[in-house]
Amino acid sequence: MREITLSQAVNEAIAEEMRRDPTVFLMGEDVAEAGTPFKVLAGLVEEFGTDRVIDTPISEPGFMGMAVGAAMTGARPIVDLMFGDFIFLIMDQLCNQAAKTHYMSGGKLTVPLVLRTNLGATRRSAAQHSQSLQALVAHIPGLKVAMPSSAYEAKGLMKTAIRDNNPVVIFEDKLMYQDKAPVPEEEYLIPFGVANVKREGRDITLIGTSSMVQVAEKAAEILAREGISAEVIDPRTIVPLDEKTLIESVKKTSRAIVIDEGHQSYGVTAEIASRLNEKAFYHLDAPVLRMGAMDVPVPFSPALEDLTVPTPEAVAEKARMLCAGEMIHAAE
Amino acid sequence: MAKAKTNTEDYLQMYRQMVRIRTFEDTANQLYLSAKMPGLTHMYSGEEAVAVGICEALRDSDHITSTHRGHGHCVAKGAEFKQMFCELLGKAEGYCRGKGGSMHIADQSHGNLGANAIVGGSMGIATGSALRAKLQGRDDVTVCFFGDGATAQGLMYEVMNMAALWKLPVIYACENNGYSEYTKTEEIAAGSITARAEAFGIEAHQVDGQDVLAVNALAAKLVARARKGEGPFFIELMTYRYHGHHVGDINREYYRSKAEEKDWRENRDPIIRFRAHLVAEGIASEEDLDALNAQIAADAAEAVAYAEAAAYPPAEEVDMHVFAA
Repeated sequence: MREITLSQAVNEAIAEEMRRDPTVFLMGEDVAEAGTPFKVLAGLVEEFGTDRVIDTPISEPGFMGMAVGAAMTGARPIVDLMFGDFIFLIMDQLCNQAAKTHYMSGGKLTVPLVLRTNLGATRRSAAQHSQSLQALVAHIPGLKVAMPSSAYEAKGLMKTAIRDNNPVVIFEDKLMYQDKAPVPEEEYLIPFGVANVKREGRDITLIGTSSMVQVAEKAAEILAREGISAEVIDPRTIVPLDEKTLIESVKKTSRAIVIDEGHQSYGVTAEIASRLNEKAFYHLDAPVLRMGAMDVPVPFSPALEDLTVPTPEAVAEKARMLCAGEMIHAAE
Repeated sequence: MAKAKTNTEDYLQMYRQMVRIRTFEDTANQLYLSAKMPGLTHMYSGEEAVAVGICEALRDSDHITSTHRGHGHCVAKGAEFKQMFCELLGKAEGYCRGKGGSMHIADQSHGNLGANAIVGGSMGIATGSALRAKLQGRDDVTVCFFGDGATAQGLMYEVMNMAALWKLPVIYACENNGYSEYTKTEEIAAGSITARAEAFGIEAHQVDGQDVLAVNALAAKLVARARKGEGPFFIELMTYRYHGHHVGDINREYYRSKAEEKDWRENRDPIIRFRAHLVAEGIASEEDLDALNAQIAADAAEAVAYAEAAAYPPAEEVDMHVFAA
């Protein structure tokens, strides 16, 4: 199978859906000729023109609000938010307007839009361009949240998101844009709420989101060399969450670590760990561990920044302790 | 009064709609005072000529966005009393199945994209609706209703900028009722309101919001021009709210005097003024208009009785409509 980058995968998904459905259009800062700073959207304006690939001023709440209005009146806008950190700027339009309109209208109005943005630290971009804010969005009923872990997922999830009749937020890891993965030439979609078991194992389940799937896979390789068999699962969407696959895995392995690049406290890892505790408690041989980013603003210095995110070695170390029964009381 | 719609039926329609709004609000206020309505509501009484003058220049395929003080826009855009009262009382037959309430009534069958409880929160939605119409090649116009208080929100400046850049068919209708919640507008707004729009090259007008014909004449002209791609436009409508910020805001002399309220009610009321005009011009007799008022009062009473007797949504609807299928 051919291999393409995550960036190309996103580009293909959007182009295919724009060809398929004339109501799909793109708007955001420097999406047209510039194709975004990450060049993900390069070439789209040449094919679809400036009516459907719309460069906006640097007015995130403004164009987010306009996308909500366009979606309510029949369009399927894709909003490009240059950095995930800018979600704080659009919170009212995303969480008070887009997320609630369908419910508040008793199901009469729909807001089929896609907000594509990014997450991820270690790009040396400091505290306002490095956050992973998926937990904030996942907390709000009415928003779906997709977190692609490779080019394959990025394409299939994007196509599903564009066809969904709800607001969907897609977080791409900005460090993965050049990562290649096998992506079929022929069309495919990845349904929401269906986790992907990336690697089967029997001793411990490693649940990772976005680039943390790679971290989990690398940790699993380290553990395999030591005779520990780790199962790696990628939920692919955190809203909706494929609880069943996660619970079934934990029932088999009796141990789990949840890894996500958002801050650990009150985060995605906490939510998933809690569900496993509630629904698989009697199958557990150890507490479910959370591994998120440190609860600090992301520091600039590489010497400090690299300490804030989960690494394969750190995951492997925790997994070893869980499997050795050293964390029965989770006290450190 | 200025000239606008000219035939008798149009005049009577504007009168009827203004009286329907006033009657709806008086009835809603009674529901609140008699503790029959959950929560609070914000009365539109006094501002009827604004919503009616503008909405009578629109058609169903034109959109509006509304505010927390939105009953007037909803009625003016064509909504029915029954579904509105059901919504206010949280009943299943309400426009939003009781899930939105007073501050979120939406009636998309008549192009009302909904009231909005975030001040200024619908400005993006209105402008996006106009963008959609333009991208589709339709000549539909969107009117964004908001108050003077919303001019303090940054979103307004972002979307006016884009609307002007892209010549969108949107009309920003600023209902200046003199008060931003419990504070005089002059204390929260520096400079001129219309100059805010003019800074973006948007043609702005100020009009007497108590004169339905003046509002309608201006709206009709601007809507027609917006359909031809000459938008966006901005209108500041000078008006007044008779009640407090919401129905519970009873003791309000600390921010405005009873004498001021009395003056607006007695000397500038949009319904009294228009009624006098209709009679003076021989368009309708006092008896005709009394009969119309009585019919509307009866309609409201019937709708309220219906809503009071109507069923609440069943418990299984609580997690319905979080996501669309």
